[in-house]
Amino acid sequence: MTKKIKNLNLNFGPQHPAAHGVLRLILELDGEVVEKADPHIGLLHRGTEKLIENKTYMQAVPYFDRLDYVAPMNQEHAFALAVEKILDIDVPIRAQFIRVMFCEIGRILSHILNVTTQALDVGALTPSLWGFEERETLMTFYERASGSRLHANYFRAGGVHQDLPAGLETDIGKFCETFPKIINDLENLLTDNRIFKQRNVDIGVVTKEDALDYSFSGVMIRGSGVPWDLRKSQPYDCYNQLEFKIPVGKNGDCYDRYLCRIEEMKESVKIIKQCLSKMEKGPIKTFDGKITPPSKKDIKQSMEALIHHFKLFTEGYRVPEDEIYTAVEAPKGEFGVYLISDGSSKPYKCKIRAPGFSHLQSMDYLIKGHMLADVPAVLGSLDIVFGEVDR
Amino acid sequence: MNNLIDLEKKINSELGTKINTSEIKHNQIYLEIDSEDLIDVVLFVKTNKDTKFRQLIDITVVDYPERSKRFKIVYLFLSHEFNQRMILSYDISENEVIASLTPIFPSANWMEREVFDMYGVSFKDHPDLRRILTDYGFEGHPLRKDFPLTGHTEVRYSEDQKKVVNEPVKLEQNYRNFDYESPWEGTKYIKELTDSNDKKN
Repeated sequence: MTKKIKNLNLNFGPQHPAAHGVLRLILELDGEVVEKADPHIGLLHRGTEKLIENKTYMQAVPYFDRLDYVAPMNQEHAFALAVEKILDIDVPIRAQFIRVMFCEIGRILSHILNVTTQALDVGALTPSLWGFEERETLMTFYERASGSRLHANYFRAGGVHQDLPAGLETDIGKFCETFPKIINDLENLLTDNRIFKQRNVDIGVVTKEDALDYSFSGVMIRGSGVPWDLRKSQPYDCYNQLEFKIPVGKNGDCYDRYLCRIEEMKESVKIIKQCLSKMEKGPIKTFDGKITPPSKKDIKQSMEALIHHFKLFTEGYRVPEDEIYTAVEAPKGEFGVYLISDGSSKPYKCKIRAPGFSHLQSMDYLIKGHMLADVPAVLGSLDIVFGEVDR
Repeated sequence: MNNLIDLEKKINSELGTKINTSEIKHNQIYLEIDSEDLIDVVLFVKTNKDTKFRQLIDITVVDYPERSKRFKIVYLFLSHEFNQRMILSYDISENEVIASLTPIFPSANWMEREVFDMYGVSFKDHPDLRRILTDYGFEGHPLRKDFPLTGHTEVRYSEDQKKVVNEPVKLEQNYRNFDYESPWEGTKYIKELTDSNDKKN
């Protein structure tokens, strides 16, 4: 007697704790083996690019916080760099160090969240409890500099919005002393953990060739053994004055990507320390009065400053006609901004290149032939945040 | 090929007739081609040992509604080997169907779906050309310049019908897009209002 067996279609998400947001994944299963995965995205689509086309360059910055909301300032950095290159302005050295320091804080924020939730997805609860405590400390640093824990709106074309408040540098310095111990604790829990290794080693393997073909970047490409990091290969701001290493994986599986992230956090701490020691007092944004708003004190005393303030916050500054693509090494990979300006005070077109978009695209390729239980593990190691995938 | 100028020379000599213009600025090379030469040019820059643009970073479109060839399709490439970036573009008119890059770069799949969704540009031989970012059953192409920022429809849960329903957008207040470059005429909708009042009088 023969029986016909039909493949089972399973709807994973959009409301699933391991979907890391609003991902709807249609899985075709043969028994417990995944035959095909079709991610449906766009449930968090807010039309960021359309909105940016209708705002001035200064008003566009907050939208970048809302893309990858786990590491907001890294996105702002890409936009600020793009506008600076078109305007051809120099950023004061102190501002460069502040920006790089906060980008590295963002990297730690993102990697803590990813490493601990990846552990959560495969069954370990404790790391996320420990990790979130550190994230809270880091977000206080965000708050003290910018006034907001998450949506910072801190970077500007030509520098940063405000100088660091008194005492913040010492506190970040203290954090750099205590944090490596927390990373070690996390590693004690996970790195040699039998269950964690069983769930991650040889799962979701990406070869070098495929990593290139699928437009991978960041940890996804470094985990597969390609030593590529934009901070080294195309340094922006003051990265060329800092010393740090690029951790590279060997096997390209979920476990190697986890190891890369842990090592990157250690490197980030080193970068923050160097920034703190090299930072000197000085201006934090460009002096060009046509781009930088005047200080409150000047507005009260100078008519010209008042006019500039009014013009900058109504019309905004104009950006000459140009076309540019600028990318930064965000925690998740290459985050890029393709900007077309038309000489007015609003961008004509602003395309955002989110690393997560191409990573999630490869879901079908990564998960084919794996078990259903591996789906959360692979998804976790992809480091997906829907703010940037859906835009 | 460590130098962008060498790269420009190389591409121009090998692909001479296919390149309309080439330019180096911002440390990147900008190429303009014709839409029918896309596959040839991309295959060349991907496989040639002196270019090796092995990674497709993104595909996007710029909409110029006033031009006869309305859309400018833009491809961004990256060469890890030589640490170079290239921006490739060509113009097409509104209903033109263009070649898909999916056979050469599998990652082009979603990027082309996004272009199709946002701008309504269709691709020949694309394996799975569906909408990607917008809602199921969405109409229109949001990133076209003639699509309003507020959209056409809004969704809400209807208690009577016990389901989510689509309705035309109703705004409590008009969307105000202030024109600061000529502030004395006022915003567009006020101008329209006064114009119609003038006609009535």
